[in-house]
Amino acid sequence: MAQWFKKICDAFYNAWVPEKRYLAYLSGLRMTLRIALFAVMIGIAIGIVLAVIKVSAKHSKSKVLKALAVFANLYTTVIRGTPMIVQIMIIYNLIFTSPNSNPVVIGAVCCGINSGAYVAEIIRAGIESIPVGQMEAGRSLGLSYSMTMRTIILPQAVKNILPALGNEFISLVKETSVISVIAVNDLMKMAGYVGSRTWDVIPPYVIAAAIYLLMTLALTRLMGAFERRMAKSDRH
Amino acid sequence: MIVTKDLKKHFAGHEVLRGISQHIVKGEKVVIIGPSGSGKSTFLRCLNLLEEPTGGEIIFEGKTITDPKVNIDQIRQKMGMVFQQFNLFPMKTVRQNITLAPVLLKKMSQEQADARAEELLKRIGLPDKADSYPGMLSGGQQQRIAIARALAMNPDVMLFDEPTSALDPEMVGEVLAIMKELAQEGMTMVVVTHEMGFAREVGSRVLFIDEGIVAEENTPYEFFNSPQNPRLQDFLSKVL
Ligand SMILES: Nc1ncnc2c1ncn2[C@@H]1O[C@H](COP(=O)(O)OP(=O)(O)OP(=O)(O)O)[C@@H](O)[C@H]1O
Ligand SMILES: [Mg+2]
Repeated sequence: MAQWFKKICDAFYNAWVPEKRYLAYLSGLRMTLRIALFAVMIGIAIGIVLAVIKVSAKHSKSKVLKALAVFANLYTTVIRGTPMIVQIMIIYNLIFTSPNSNPVVIGAVCCGINSGAYVAEIIRAGIESIPVGQMEAGRSLGLSYSMTMRTIILPQAVKNILPALGNEFISLVKETSVISVIAVNDLMKMAGYVGSRTWDVIPPYVIAAAIYLLMTLALTRLMGAFERRMAKSDRH
Repeated sequence: MIVTKDLKKHFAGHEVLRGISQHIVKGEKVVIIGPSGSGKSTFLRCLNLLEEPTGGEIIFEGKTITDPKVNIDQIRQKMGMVFQQFNLFPMKTVRQNITLAPVLLKKMSQEQADARAEELLKRIGLPDKADSYPGMLSGGQQQRIAIARALAMNPDVMLFDEPTSALDPEMVGEVLAIMKELAQEGMTMVVVTHEMGFAREVGSRVLFIDEGIVAEENTPYEFFNSPQNPRLQDFLSKVL
């Protein structure tokens, strides 16, 4: 029993200490966080544009808007209906063929394009969860569609959208790990690299798992605190 | 003031309004009654184009508002609407609910709008609720505020879609009282309601809408005392 325990401890020690291997995880973690942060910004930008197109096309007769909405629907359907790893392989080989492209950019663009589809649906659903009576009340007073949207619908929708966006960001942090299939040295890739040095892959992957878990737990906590503060600010 | 000519509306093949021609003059109080699903709300909502008619035309104060070139937002500023479900803005205070549109649309400065809100709140008997949120108020209070919100735009006509149907019985009276007062002040009103007492007392004309047409119309006295249409006779025998 004791011997078995010692073996495990040794394995983990090996995966962490010699050759300053912890630095490898750390640099991988930095890469993962940077990718996640930029990806979420790209995702939100894409998501807002797609959601605006989708929602406003429903109330408009503009042909251009209708055409854009078809594209937006295609985008969200395809992205949400295919595995991210496949998307990454296609996007990577399609646009990042130059050997010296920046790995953060590659990772953020790939993940951001994917996240944008989910963010668009989150925003659209948040807007559509507001009762139609609110839009009708605004319009009946003589406010235009966009005025009503900005002053009445969106402020209410944001309350539904923000928590869901937080969850999307948390899952994005985990999903960036898929990016390790291409030439990006994120946390997942660095764990694999340590494993290839020690000839024992399980401990580094367990360490990576622990780091991912810590990150998502911390982010979940943060979100929870944020939601409680929001709830407090509008308890009337 | 409002003229509809052969107004028609269908939803995906289902014909809801089958040609309604009406002339509502300034100061008139038109009360609309009829069975559920007969098209009363649809007719009312067509008047300010919340529903887009699929046939016929609507002329408001001399303007054909069904013309696609007309700026409907400007027209709606002159037509107040009160909904069955109040539809107050939940994240805004009562005062903000009332002042939002006049200020945004540059009809009044914030100070003017605040003063107007105060005056309206006094009139509906809720002077101390300016800083409350709608969620804290009773249904009757919310509906009175919804009326005040519509009045803040100084509309020429007020449209009411079953304003008391979502209320507990003990709150119906307070809302009807406000509406009666408004009627006495000369407001032009179009009211869809199941309150026959209100129709009798306040209406200058009562319409019976049945299956998408005005099946009968008359002064309240004639309408209730000698209904001609058998469907109306049947309807009245059930509700009176
Ligand atoms: N947006 C819509 N899409 C499809 N059908 C609709 C829509 N709005 C109303 N209808 C249909 O039109 C018919 C008339 O509806 P309307 O709301 O005008 O009736 P109503 O006379 O106001 O009835 P109630 O007394 O129940 O309010 C109903 O059969 C309803 O199902
Ligand atoms: Mg109705």
